[in-house]
Amino acid sequence: MNGTGSNNHPRLWMYERMVKSRHFEDLIKPAYLEGKKPLFNMAKGPIPGEMHLSDGQEPCAVGVCAHLRPTDTVTATHRPHHVAIAKGVDLDAMAAEIFGKETGLSGGRGGHMHLFDPGVNFCCSGIIAQGLGPAVGAAMAAKLRGRDDVAVAFLGDGAANQGAFHEALNLAAIWKAPVIFVIEDNCYGISVPKADCTAVPRNADRAAAYGMPGIHVPGNDPDLVHEAAGEAIARARRGEGPSLIEIETTRLEGHFMGDAEGYRPPGEVARLRAQDPIPAYRRRLLADGFEAGELDALEQAARAVVETAFARARAACLPGPEQAFLQVFVERAV
Amino acid sequence: MQATQTMRKLTIAKAMAEAIGQEMARDPDVLVMGEDIGRLGGVFGNTAGLLDRFGAERVRDTPISETGFIGAAVGMAAAGLKPVVELMFVDFFGVCMDAIYNLAAKQSYFSGGRVSCPMVLMTSVGGGYGDAGQHSQCLYATFGHLPGLKVVIPSNAYDAKGLMLAAIRDPNPVIFMYHKALQGMGWLGTVPGSITRVPEEEYEIPIGKAAIVREGTDITLVWLGVTVHHALDAAKALATDGISAEVIDLRTIAPLDRDTIRRSVAKTGRLLVIDDDYRSCGVAAEVIASTVEAGVPLKAPPRRLAYPDIPVPFSPSLEHHVLPNAEMALAAAREILS
Ligand SMILES: Cc1ncc(C[n+]2csc(CCOP(=O)(O)OP(=O)(O)O)c2C)c(N)n1
Ligand SMILES: [Mg+2]
Repeated sequence: MNGTGSNNHPRLWMYERMVKSRHFEDLIKPAYLEGKKPLFNMAKGPIPGEMHLSDGQEPCAVGVCAHLRPTDTVTATHRPHHVAIAKGVDLDAMAAEIFGKETGLSGGRGGHMHLFDPGVNFCCSGIIAQGLGPAVGAAMAAKLRGRDDVAVAFLGDGAANQGAFHEALNLAAIWKAPVIFVIEDNCYGISVPKADCTAVPRNADRAAAYGMPGIHVPGNDPDLVHEAAGEAIARARRGEGPSLIEIETTRLEGHFMGDAEGYRPPGEVARLRAQDPIPAYRRRLLADGFEAGELDALEQAARAVVETAFARARAACLPGPEQAFLQVFVERAV
Repeated sequence: MQATQTMRKLTIAKAMAEAIGQEMARDPDVLVMGEDIGRLGGVFGNTAGLLDRFGAERVRDTPISETGFIGAAVGMAAAGLKPVVELMFVDFFGVCMDAIYNLAAKQSYFSGGRVSCPMVLMTSVGGGYGDAGQHSQCLYATFGHLPGLKVVIPSNAYDAKGLMLAAIRDPNPVIFMYHKALQGMGWLGTVPGSITRVPEEEYEIPIGKAAIVREGTDITLVWLGVTVHHALDAAKALATDGISAEVIDLRTIAPLDRDTIRRSVAKTGRLLVIDDDYRSCGVAAEVIASTVEAGVPLKAPPRRLAYPDIPVPFSPSLEHHVLPNAEMALAAAREILS
């Protein structure tokens, strides 16, 4: 399992992945703004298009993915970086993809919202809630083949109001699919607060309509996410069916880079930043007896890996224009 | 009306918002619904200011539930309201198409003309800014193909206002496609030619009428949305070679103004159609087929310059290679003329 990998304590592993993920976003920020100043124009610079950062939401990704193997499937969303990094997506190829380079996961065809790494069974999509059906399918493929692999679909709070959410939950329930639906509740869908567009205060309560456990995890806390996800995933591996987990989290940046965020109440961002889950987790680890030196070393190593990935991505070549026409279809094997 | 006010220039986004606001003020049955269209004023600015003016009853931020709220718009329209709904990107039609093409588009037919469907679906189209394959499509033909839908695509703010007013007043469902490269949002960059003088008073641009935006005698360039601006650039370049190009802005693809196209081609004998939607089975093919089957005499085979049959790639080195632009249009026009 990931959680017993390089840093042989799951809590250290989670901390390391959170640091890596945040550093990834911290390097994206200036790179994305290159060529977009003084006038912000999304079309310009080495990384054009929309950019949805995951700052603040790292606990959701690491707490869940700590229990996953490469053979488990994860489907993520338009905000995919933290989940991809926690799932173990090839960091060099992911950075290169975001820079639109030839060495990227799909050779620059997909970009930041369309990361596919079949090596660790990760993919994402920019259409809200459309990763849920495929996660049910991946889970059923494991089940039908007699494996105990699971699938996890990540989604936002806003996505729980999409028809596909309700269809996928019902389907997973009647098929007893080994799938876990993970809602990252950051309280917003772009500018619209969850409270203004969701019929119930807690999306976890919606699980009852589909006869599956609905677990609400407060506090944007990696340890609590880890515990809740551990139970749901073990349940799925035992063949006992799907679960829904709703995690309270925070979006520390705009919906996308360049978002003026005029819809936030005054002081909200400062308040959320004061609760940044990464420094908070470091404090907790120290209080629980982990050595500062060990955490420092782990942080440094994590950052170095990200920096290498970015350096390689920048140095790589852009794809030749003729590449645009390739791989629309897969060749049929004879 | 003061002259200084009527002379002001607007972006397409502002022109759309102004048209909707004027019609809401005039007609209490008009309301607006969609994601982020209230407090935010629309991701692409086309509902800015409406919430403050008309309140949350008539300017409704919806959940991310397109199947639900676009279906609700059909029901509202059947009941006599005039909903203007937003599908933020046309690429998202996949989650809600049934309400559009099986309900809205067939309401009149199935009711023997007794139930109308006066709704407008406004939706953003187009790429060119690195948003990749699920946020950059045009899909004009996907909608233009379906009977019972009217489809308009403005290339400038003047047309956007007039088409929006005509669309809201039309008793049938109208798909109002606005191109992101023309919208006038600072953060997306904007083709300057899309920002035009817009009168303050209400006026309509008739749905189904193309505009001849530049007169000429040697070749007809037919375009829509953003490609109109490429056409005008190409026409200017051709003029320096002594070639007189006529440029038609389709403005509406359903119903298609075949008469205007045929008349122009009958005069010039040459036809180039440019389309930033997928090439096969597209609007460009329809324009050419309509001209050829009418027996309009041609001096050279007609051609289309369209987006190839591939998803829109993310990397700028790929995307800019495949999106039609003025240079490609010029080259294609020269080949037809040679
Ligand atoms: C079907 C569909 N509708 C609308 C959108 C536009 N959109 C992109 S992100 C987003 C908000 C999503 O909110 P949430 O699910 O809470 O995820 P978050 O952005 O908060 O991570 C919207 C409406 C989309 N991509 N797909
Ligand atoms: Mg959200």
